[in-house]
Amino acid sequence: MHQLELKNITKTFGSVVANNNVSLTLDQGEILSLLGENGCGKTTLMNMIAGIYYPDSGSILINGEEVSIHSPIDAFKYGIGMIHQHFKLVDVFSATENIVLGYKDQEKFNIKKAAAKVKEIADKYGFIIDPRKKIYDMSVSEKQTVEIVKVLYRGANILILDEPTAVLTPQETKKLFDVLRKMKEDGKSIIIITHKLNEVMEISDRVAVLRKGEYIGSVNSKETTESQLTEMMVGKKIELNIERTEPKGCVDRLIVNNLTTIKEDGLLGVDHVSFTARSGEILGIAGIAGSGQKELLEAIAGLAKIKEGSLDYIEPHSGEWVDLCSKNPRQIRDLGVRLAFVPEDRLGMGLVGNMDLVDNVMLRSYEKGRPVILDRKTPGKLTDQIVKDLEVVTDSVHTPVRRLSGGNVQKVLVGREIASVPKVLMAAYPVRGLDINSSYLIYNLLNKEKETGSAVIFVGEDLDVLLALSDRLLVLNGGKVTGIVDARTVTKEEVGLLMTKTVESTVEE
Amino acid sequence: MAREHKEPLFHIVKRMNMGGTSKVAIRIVSILIGLIIGAIFVVALSPTSHNFFGFFGSMVSGISSTPRRLWLFLLEGSLLLGVSIALVPAFKMKFWNLGGNGQILVGCLATCAVMFYLGGKLPDPALWPIMLVASVLAGAIWALIPALFKAFFKTNESLFTLMLNYIAAILIGYFISLWYPTGTGSMSPLPHGALPTLGNTPFGKYFLPTIIFFIVAIAIYFYLRFSKHGYELSVVGESENTARYIGINVKVVTIRTMILSGALCGLVGFILSGAVHQMMSVNMDSNMGFTGIMVAWLSHFNPAVMILIAYFVTFVTRGMSQVNTDFGFTDEKLSSVISGIIFFLLIASEFFVSYRIVWRADIQKVMDKIAYPFVKACDSTDSLIKTIKVKLTTKKQPAKKEAE
Repeated sequence: MHQLELKNITKTFGSVVANNNVSLTLDQGEILSLLGENGCGKTTLMNMIAGIYYPDSGSILINGEEVSIHSPIDAFKYGIGMIHQHFKLVDVFSATENIVLGYKDQEKFNIKKAAAKVKEIADKYGFIIDPRKKIYDMSVSEKQTVEIVKVLYRGANILILDEPTAVLTPQETKKLFDVLRKMKEDGKSIIIITHKLNEVMEISDRVAVLRKGEYIGSVNSKETTESQLTEMMVGKKIELNIERTEPKGCVDRLIVNNLTTIKEDGLLGVDHVSFTARSGEILGIAGIAGSGQKELLEAIAGLAKIKEGSLDYIEPHSGEWVDLCSKNPRQIRDLGVRLAFVPEDRLGMGLVGNMDLVDNVMLRSYEKGRPVILDRKTPGKLTDQIVKDLEVVTDSVHTPVRRLSGGNVQKVLVGREIASVPKVLMAAYPVRGLDINSSYLIYNLLNKEKETGSAVIFVGEDLDVLLALSDRLLVLNGGKVTGIVDARTVTKEEVGLLMTKTVESTVEE
Repeated sequence: MAREHKEPLFHIVKRMNMGGTSKVAIRIVSILIGLIIGAIFVVALSPTSHNFFGFFGSMVSGISSTPRRLWLFLLEGSLLLGVSIALVPAFKMKFWNLGGNGQILVGCLATCAVMFYLGGKLPDPALWPIMLVASVLAGAIWALIPALFKAFFKTNESLFTLMLNYIAAILIGYFISLWYPTGTGSMSPLPHGALPTLGNTPFGKYFLPTIIFFIVAIAIYFYLRFSKHGYELSVVGESENTARYIGINVKVVTIRTMILSGALCGLVGFILSGAVHQMMSVNMDSNMGFTGIMVAWLSHFNPAVMILIAYFVTFVTRGMSQVNTDFGFTDEKLSSVISGIIFFLLIASEFFVSYRIVWRADIQKVMDKIAYPFVKACDSTDSLIKTIKVKLTTKKQPAKKEAE
């Protein structure tokens, strides 16, 4: 008898089939990895176990008995708890307050008792948690701990973690895995959603693979290899190597000196950051999510308020220094600075979701040409070219971009930015949410730009990729530079340490 | 315990790729339901008549029994179209201009002020351009104030524009009592400055003011679709971050667009006071600033649909006042309630256009059977339209081949 069994689960959203006839089992005391590309239905499937969605058909069995889960409260009744990718915590409450929020036990509410119980759970599994600490004072990994304890507090026996490592440093990931192993020894069953293969191999007993909403199969982690798993995920064998050529003809292109920016809420975005981006090389930027990566790129692109420091672009032909401080993107463009920027928020910043491909491609160039009346012909041709060159899958160039899949949205955005033949190309998390094929296409495009002499600045979250793709690596923590290292020689652990290191004074390059 | 496992009774699912005919059909059905409910109410409550079909007769006669009525219907619909189209640029920019009423009223005020102070001193043809400029400017300024505050201080534009409506109405009241200190607070038509007509028939009187907003609607359609300004304001409306990212000056676009929106509302005031009434009153806007919001949204900012909806709304309000008379009601309130019911159902139909209710499997079977003829009819109409379209396009192609 399995602790949890899914039988022939199907779930559709409109015409999209998110899960098709999926059957899955989970045994007691087992860690199961649910592996699959983005959009293959992993989260949807788990949401049905956690009571957020209701399956169109199929049944869920717990300890052999068929159950019906209408809400997260039902799910808790059956001992199921889910830790979502995006935390659902009240910022101004303490850890304990968040943990007991909405939980009704028979006893009278007593925050001290609750805090003691939180401490007890934490000690049992080796969490480090301060029950009285407010959420807004916590780091991402502490918040995650609160979410996990919240679920355990409610007596969950089956824990579902949705991409728990995406926001953690290598060291934090290791700690999390230690805790998960302790839970497993205690008899808890765990499902962990991920798409990082090395983690799958490290933590799980068994791996279940989904592809395009279908259940492909499950294998024991000990008896499989990364390439076999990839093949199951993608459906075909693919090469997972990133080619890195030696940088050629490097000259300084963008010089950032002592840059400090202020965010909209008045806090510092980046704090005395200095570095140089050179043509013909990829400068990777690493750091825990929210360490100032976004703020740094936005400052260079002319979108942030600069408090102090300087920002200079060096004209490739004349060698002239162009000051970019306190200029908006249009002024930067009018100065003849060829700066392209692929922002993190594709549909919220880089593109307009409700507009069609042509209107999005012309965002950068619509002011050109005749006055008053728009010219859609030239951008139309460019769009056709991008669609052809990057193999964008779309009904027509007049489809709103929000209807395209994540990978195709990114191709349109990157295609437009590269079409301006940039001298500096900045890309923030350009492969987030993309399938493996699209990701490698983007890596190749970045490499091609590097080879044609652009200075590429690449903000990534996957350290393995950052180390494989970049020539140099700049590490940020809390808006400050904690190190600029050679990506060819540095180890992952060293970078992990830099990601959490605090510095008082600015590091000189 | 055995049957505890039960599906929920129904859940709501977003619709994908619904055919055009079904979209139209859903709206027509909800309008019909609204009219039938209205008729039942009226017939049940009427002290004089119990003729169910007489309700529809009265509605139609309300707009068409005399040429004057027909032309008033055409004019009112056109004015409503004018207000709706004036609101579209602001709404596309996600600037919630609820100040249409006030912007119309200051337009009326400016027109009347010119007629009052300069009438008789200048010849009428010299007054007209001054009236036009004054009313358009007044409307623009009334919209510019909240736009400036929004752009520079991030104030909430909905509240701001709403408040300005009351100020505009009070200003009108103030000027009426200033001009006629001994009067009753209402105004009689001013002797000078009436806009030119094409003769004294209903057609002559109402044709020009009616046609002007059709021209405005077409112009705004082209402005939004093909001009750089129109493109910029859509980008600002869809995503302010994207606008910043490509270097559009959001403040400038906000201010420029609101000036346009207010100016067009002012133009409505110009026509109302200059061409139709030659006077002003505190409720001359007839709430078109709000009705226009509904019209603009229901038409999804499509000018062609906007014409239909503006005229449907006018049909209901004018028709209902005829029903009121014919069915012997002494109070206008019942007709407002019933117009409200009809509009409510029209708005509610938008829900069924975007979403679908999926019932529990056993109920769904029955529902499917009931809906089957309806769905079938819509599908066949859709395919019919498609074949016609294909035929039309293939007709052109052979011509090309021959040319080769």
